[in-house]
Amino acid sequence: MISLAGRDIAHSWGKFVFTGIGLGLLIGVTMTMAGVYRGMVDDAKVLLDNSGADLWVVQQGTLGPYAEASSIYDDEYRGILGMAGVDAAANVTYLTSQISQGDLDVRVMVAGIVTTEQGLPGQPRFLVAGRHITRGHYEAVADVKAGFQIGDRVKIRRNQYTVVGLTKRMVSSSGDPMLFIPLKDAQEAQFLKDNDAILNQRRRTAANPAFNNPAVPGLLDAVLASQSVNPFVNAVLVRVKPGFTPEQVAEPIRKWKRLQVYTRAQMESILIEKLIKTAARQIAMFLVILAIVSAAIVAFIIYTLTIGKIREIAVLKLIGTKNRTIAAMIIQQAIGLGLIGFVIGKIAATFWAPVFPKYILLEPSDAVIGFVLIMVICVLASLIAIRAALKVDPAEAIGG
Amino acid sequence: MARGIIIEDLHKQYGVGDTAVEALKGVNMQVGPGEVVGLVGPSGSGKSTLLKCLGAVIEPTSGRMILGGETIYDQKWNIKDLGALRRDSIGFVFQAPYLIPFLDVIDNVALILMLAGHSNDASRKRAMDLLEALDVAHRAKAMPSQLSGGEQQRVAIARALVSHPPVILADEPTAPLDSERALAVMKILNEMAKEYETAIIVVTHDEKIMPTFKRIYHIRDGKTIEEAGEGRAI
Repeated sequence: MISLAGRDIAHSWGKFVFTGIGLGLLIGVTMTMAGVYRGMVDDAKVLLDNSGADLWVVQQGTLGPYAEASSIYDDEYRGILGMAGVDAAANVTYLTSQISQGDLDVRVMVAGIVTTEQGLPGQPRFLVAGRHITRGHYEAVADVKAGFQIGDRVKIRRNQYTVVGLTKRMVSSSGDPMLFIPLKDAQEAQFLKDNDAILNQRRRTAANPAFNNPAVPGLLDAVLASQSVNPFVNAVLVRVKPGFTPEQVAEPIRKWKRLQVYTRAQMESILIEKLIKTAARQIAMFLVILAIVSAAIVAFIIYTLTIGKIREIAVLKLIGTKNRTIAAMIIQQAIGLGLIGFVIGKIAATFWAPVFPKYILLEPSDAVIGFVLIMVICVLASLIAIRAALKVDPAEAIGG
Repeated sequence: MARGIIIEDLHKQYGVGDTAVEALKGVNMQVGPGEVVGLVGPSGSGKSTLLKCLGAVIEPTSGRMILGGETIYDQKWNIKDLGALRRDSIGFVFQAPYLIPFLDVIDNVALILMLAGHSNDASRKRAMDLLEALDVAHRAKAMPSQLSGGEQQRVAIARALVSHPPVILADEPTAPLDSERALAVMKILNEMAKEYETAIIVVTHDEKIMPTFKRIYHIRDGKTIEEAGEGRAI
């Protein structure tokens, strides 16, 4: 038996291909939306993976450096280093900043890292060009996505930094590229006030009678000096020694240091279930709407094509074609349309994904799920047309 | 009359009660195998209703119909699968050819055999034989839209004949054709009827083809009157 659907598609291929292209672009957008969500999840995982930490030690009652403001003293790491099971511990600060360099104006997440020793948690794990930070000040390693080149000089607050290395896939949970600078510089940048604000603060402090006690000479100078440094970091990243579980190490830190400690799994849960939850819901809503629009388009097209063949369907029924053969013809056409749409959508999404400013991760498993969903949608969308076709009276083929 | 058509006291009523309309009021007809008869009558006389009853697309109210030696209706349908009956036992030729636009000529003709479960190759071979007999074999691979009106009608006749049905119902088959082509179509129908022993009923208003019928049934107010005329042959 010949394929009636195949012959019809081959006969009016232009109609099918152009409809398929339209549907395909819609499917491509749907796939891209799913890719945006996957990209956000992947960014979050990469951020955690590339930090090289097993534990995140943060201020009590906070969700950690990525989700909430966390502030702990920068000497806490010393005590943590002495605890059982701790292989390495390093301070880290995070600051989101808008940086301009030449024509570039990019939003980056500035990470302050300990640079005195290589291989500590928080440092960029690998470089694609240049070298790691070796000086204590004014050097930076940037993610390639930021668009900087080796040797570029970028300004963060009042200081200039030379880009000495480039890394890859080091992004914040919101997809901003990371820029690594020495910890002391980052601490300064985080709390740095402008000159007028500093003068104003000094004047206010000097005017406070409590700091101008003649019986305590040098008190005012000491207070002013304490105000000009920042002894805080956002977190201490801890690497656990082999043979210890992260929870084994985390529990004594929580108990003795009175700090909040998150394991890798907990931090991932915070990032995915809390930080990008709203965005994920937003994307899910778009996916549902796009699926409904796709179904409506397929239903409309297949219904229109079927209604346009009422006389032929009546003739087919008159000459003894079974209802199931006619239903199969319509379903096959809907599936054919879905196939064309899927192929075009997949190709389109693959080509335009790299152009998007945010990372789009097109998972093969999503493509498989998408394919199955499209097929189901096409079959469901063809039901209206099948109903119309089955209602056709073979007597319509005979006049009168 | 093993392969002909016998219709006895066929009634068809549409609706019930006060709104009931009796379209057929006891039609009687006999068409022998190899015979082509005309069925003429004014609009609303019941021609199409009779054709639809014979074509097993609407159910008569009462009466008896025997097609190809098989009693298909005797106060009720005796056949369960009317689709299969139409496919295997009845050929249809319409005023317009109504060819399937997305199938080429040979597959338009072979489709009925394929639907009946014959292999594609065997169906196409039989279709080709018939197309050759009807002198349209050279257009076998053409699409219906590429054919002239006469060619399309010949293909429609081939489609009706391909399963060698005992009965062919033709509804105004020559209406869109000029005199020469109309007579050519009737000649083909007469030849095919003889060759395959098919009983053919041709519903028509076309005066130019009337002389080609040996017998004509007039239908008026739901009843048939037979008019037999000497010399009514091609």
